[in-house]
Amino acid sequence: MKVLVPVKRVIDYNVKARVKADQTGVDLANVKMSMNPFDEIAVEEAVRLKEGKEHHAAGTASEIVAVSIGVTQAQETIRTALAMGADRGLLIQSDKDLEPLAVAKLLKAVVDEEKPDLVLMGKQSIDGDNNAVGQMLAALLGWPQATFAGKLVVADGKATVTREVDGGLQTLAVTLPAVVTVDLRLNTPRYASLPNIMKAKKKEIAVKAVADYGVDVADRLKVVKVTEPPKRSAGIKVADAAELVANLKTAGVL
Amino acid sequence: MAVLVIADHDGSSVRDTTHKTVTAALALSSDVDVLVLGSKAAADAAAKIAGVRKVLFADGADLGHGLAEAVEATVVPLAAGYDAVLSPATTDGKNFMPRIAAKLDVAPISDIIEVLSSDSFVRPIYAGNALETVQSSDAKKVITVRPTAFAAAAEGGSAPVESVASADTDKATFVSEEMVKSDRPELGAAKIVVSGGRAMGSAEEFHAVIEPLADKLGAAVGASRAAVDAGYAPNDYQVGQTGKVVAPALYIAVGISGAIQHLAGMKDSKIIVAINKDADAPIFQVADYGLVGDYKTVVPELMAALG
Ligand SMILES: Cc1cc2nc3c(=O)[nH]c(=O)nc-3n(C[C@H](O)[C@H](O)[C@H](O)COP(=O)(O)OP(=O)(O)OC[C@H]3O[C@@H](n4cnc5c(N)ncnc54)[C@H](O)[C@@H]3O)c2cc1C
Ligand SMILES: Nc1ncnc2c1ncn2[C@@H]1O[C@H](COP(=O)(O)O)[C@@H](O)[C@H]1O
Repeated sequence: MKVLVPVKRVIDYNVKARVKADQTGVDLANVKMSMNPFDEIAVEEAVRLKEGKEHHAAGTASEIVAVSIGVTQAQETIRTALAMGADRGLLIQSDKDLEPLAVAKLLKAVVDEEKPDLVLMGKQSIDGDNNAVGQMLAALLGWPQATFAGKLVVADGKATVTREVDGGLQTLAVTLPAVVTVDLRLNTPRYASLPNIMKAKKKEIAVKAVADYGVDVADRLKVVKVTEPPKRSAGIKVADAAELVANLKTAGVL
Repeated sequence: MAVLVIADHDGSSVRDTTHKTVTAALALSSDVDVLVLGSKAAADAAAKIAGVRKVLFADGADLGHGLAEAVEATVVPLAAGYDAVLSPATTDGKNFMPRIAAKLDVAPISDIIEVLSSDSFVRPIYAGNALETVQSSDAKKVITVRPTAFAAAAEGGSAPVESVASADTDKATFVSEEMVKSDRPELGAAKIVVSGGRAMGSAEEFHAVIEPLADKLGAAVGASRAAVDAGYAPNDYQVGQTGKVVAPALYIAVGISGAIQHLAGMKDSKIIVAINKDADAPIFQVADYGLVGDYKTVVPELMAALG
């Protein structure tokens, strides 16, 4: 089974985003960038499908292709996926941030070429917080989807996915090929070992341009402005529980 | 302009996330219809929301389970009659709305907190550290609504209920579900939320410390991701960027450090209380009332002070 894993280069999750003074966006100059944390989980699960870790049968995945759409430096993100155990990479170079619809259309074109049995990806990128590309890709392909996976079992041409939903957990079975988007508790991603980082340097990353795919990537949304949310100021420290309760009563919440 | 709201319901009644999404829809148009999937009782309940023009009811087991493929195939033909389709940004809405948008060749707009005009909306990005105002050039809008940002539409309507064609899917099958049952208020709708963090150290401690305090206050129980990951609390308790967003009148964080991702889910609460033994914990930067101390002594004292 071939697995495609889309990985996005985003602001590191430890960095607090700062809005630019001219309200055109978020300041990313000299900011640490990393692989979207959910995508790391997707790569890890793909590698476990190949290695036969946890409940997966060895060789469930035969080949893992990591694809990223973004700036030249997104090759580093792909390289990270390769060091974790992906087999090869594809960068679709774009200096412009593309909207989820455009990303989904490009990924559909990649799927048409690569013909994977499973697309395993993050549920959400932590910059745009859209939570959209996986569902959109599944729709464009006419494939079933299983989002917010907390557990994945692949067997007999099906993926059985336990999903983290508002009220608890829901388990679905989807026929392959399918798109599965992953949630935080699916696994804990590994750190790549030094030998694997060295090995990854020899793995192939193909580089293409958005134009190579001939899909419409025009923006549908105009970003009018990006502003800071209303600031909360720190309040007061109370000495003990009695003082806390008195304050809450005065504030009218008790 | 007409708007279709896809309801969130529990199989017998509509959740107040639906009422809040109706409020957002009414900011776009006075012609608001509500689509209820898989529950006639919930459809009848939706008919009582004030301001709703009519309720559409589509029946079917796959729809009842919220299977995105079936929802897409049901909603896409209906969308022809609407300028916008809205749903609350619940896990169901987040699951099927982008799928519907892609089929309609529309850019979905996720998690809006404000309607500025018929084509302009505000939404949080970067875990709520920035607010983005977007203007859509799509003829049709597909939008999920952050319920905590809108007031609930009142009851008192009497809209007609009409059955519409439904679709199912053979590519996805519902297997099972494990829903957490609780007599406490729902996290998203509660007036008071008490959340516990990694400091609890075990599920037993979480039960022994957080739950009695919540029960004394009539509060819902929440948790940080660290507490959920460690198995102290179920996954649907998680508050934050990737869990639930809450905005109660009172939020009490016990043994939670206040990571960006946690703040994203609770910083719009009216009053925030933090109990933490580390005076420098970031949670104190957003807390209205901070109590520095060991929760093991502070929480029992708080229980006593509440009487
Ligand atoms: C992609 C991504 C998404 C995430 N999404 C979320 C999310 O939605 N929600 C979320 O919560 N997190 C999320 N996180 C995780 C987040 O970054 C933090 O790791 C997490 O919130 C920390 O939980 P915590 O505050 O309980 O634990 P810690 O950060 O370990 O804090 C524990 C606190 O307890 C205090 N403490 C310890 N003992 C005591 C005591 N006896 N009495 C009083 N205080 C005590 C400590 O001083 C400390 O401040 C996400 C992370 C990533 C990478
Ligand atoms: N530019 C991109 N390149 C590769 N994958 C992406 C890109 N944007 C989004 N994705 C994938 O889509 C998932 C959901 O992203 P989003 O819908 O933007 O929140 C991410 O976790 C990635 O797996």
